[in-house]
Amino acid sequence: MAESYYLAAFIAVAALATFATRVTPFLFLSRHSDHPLMKHLGKYLPAAVMALLVTIFLARAADWSAPAFGANALIPSALVAILHLWQRNALLSIIAGTASYMLIQQFPG
Amino acid sequence: MNHSIFRLTLPILFGYLPLGMTFGILFVGQLDYAWWIAPLMGLIIYAGAGQILAIGLLAAHAGLLEVFVAMAVLNARHLFYGLSLLGQFQGAGWRKPYLIFGLTDETYSLLTSRERSGSREEEQRTDFLITLYNQVYWLIGCATGAWLGSALTFDSTGMEFALIALFIVLAIEQYKALGEQKPLWMGALCAGAGILLLPAAHQLIGAIALVTGALLLEYLQARTPTAPEEYRHG
Repeated sequence: MAESYYLAAFIAVAALATFATRVTPFLFLSRHSDHPLMKHLGKYLPAAVMALLVTIFLARAADWSAPAFGANALIPSALVAILHLWQRNALLSIIAGTASYMLIQQFPG
Repeated sequence: MNHSIFRLTLPILFGYLPLGMTFGILFVGQLDYAWWIAPLMGLIIYAGAGQILAIGLLAAHAGLLEVFVAMAVLNARHLFYGLSLLGQFQGAGWRKPYLIFGLTDETYSLLTSRERSGSREEEQRTDFLITLYNQVYWLIGCATGAWLGSALTFDSTGMEFALIALFIVLAIEQYKALGEQKPLWMGALCAGAGILLLPAAHQLIGAIALVTGALLLEYLQARTPTAPEEYRHG
């Protein structure tokens, strides 16, 4: 019983923390949405954040020691980027990249 | 079923199904809770990386204050997302709380890169449906993964790469919508600086603060008196 209470409280707290980060700019900045600074950030921040997320998570998924030197994650990533620039088919890009990474992780060498 | 919205959200569908399944498989593999708790978390919390972090916290039976801090720090990038959509969500009425609740990385990326041609109200209705469709994909992924994970043994090692593949696809879509490479390089450089200078737990928020600062500097430079007249009106 105590376990169910913990789980319920956990989910409530996690949901509250997540929503709090999403709602904050709308609570405190909504009067400034026409400001040119907000427009500048709004235009360029999304692209910058996506490249940033790719870089950080990629660095963590890669094995930087010899003999891989990051190739275990860099090759699947390059495959995703090339496929997507060429075909622009999200399903193809994501499945090919994930499958190749899983193959490399599960059957090394 | 609205076909144009379905087509628009296809990239998210193909990202959220494998990613939600990854969460579901990890959830039943590492915890003793009923499988349906996984989609329940997708319904109430609705955060990709956040929910995967939550598995570790649940397994460690973390204190609730720690849970709050850990989730807020991981999700702190969302503080900056709203900036791009302040105007877009203005006057959205009853739809607004859900639009904000559903502002995941992927929904944010789609809402900020898609073409907008209709009236604001029309576009807000579309934004709402996009957000709703995306959460439904996420729920299907979480439920399927949790069910699969409890029904059969299956080696999911490496499946978490779907998150990175999705971010790469979204970065390319942002580039195509914007037609400029510069913000992508700024983001990658700031991430590199964060990785080199900060401990893992602070890299994400540190790099985002850095790139926001860099964009702020760029903005201030464009506003100096030598800049063209049009930049100087605040």
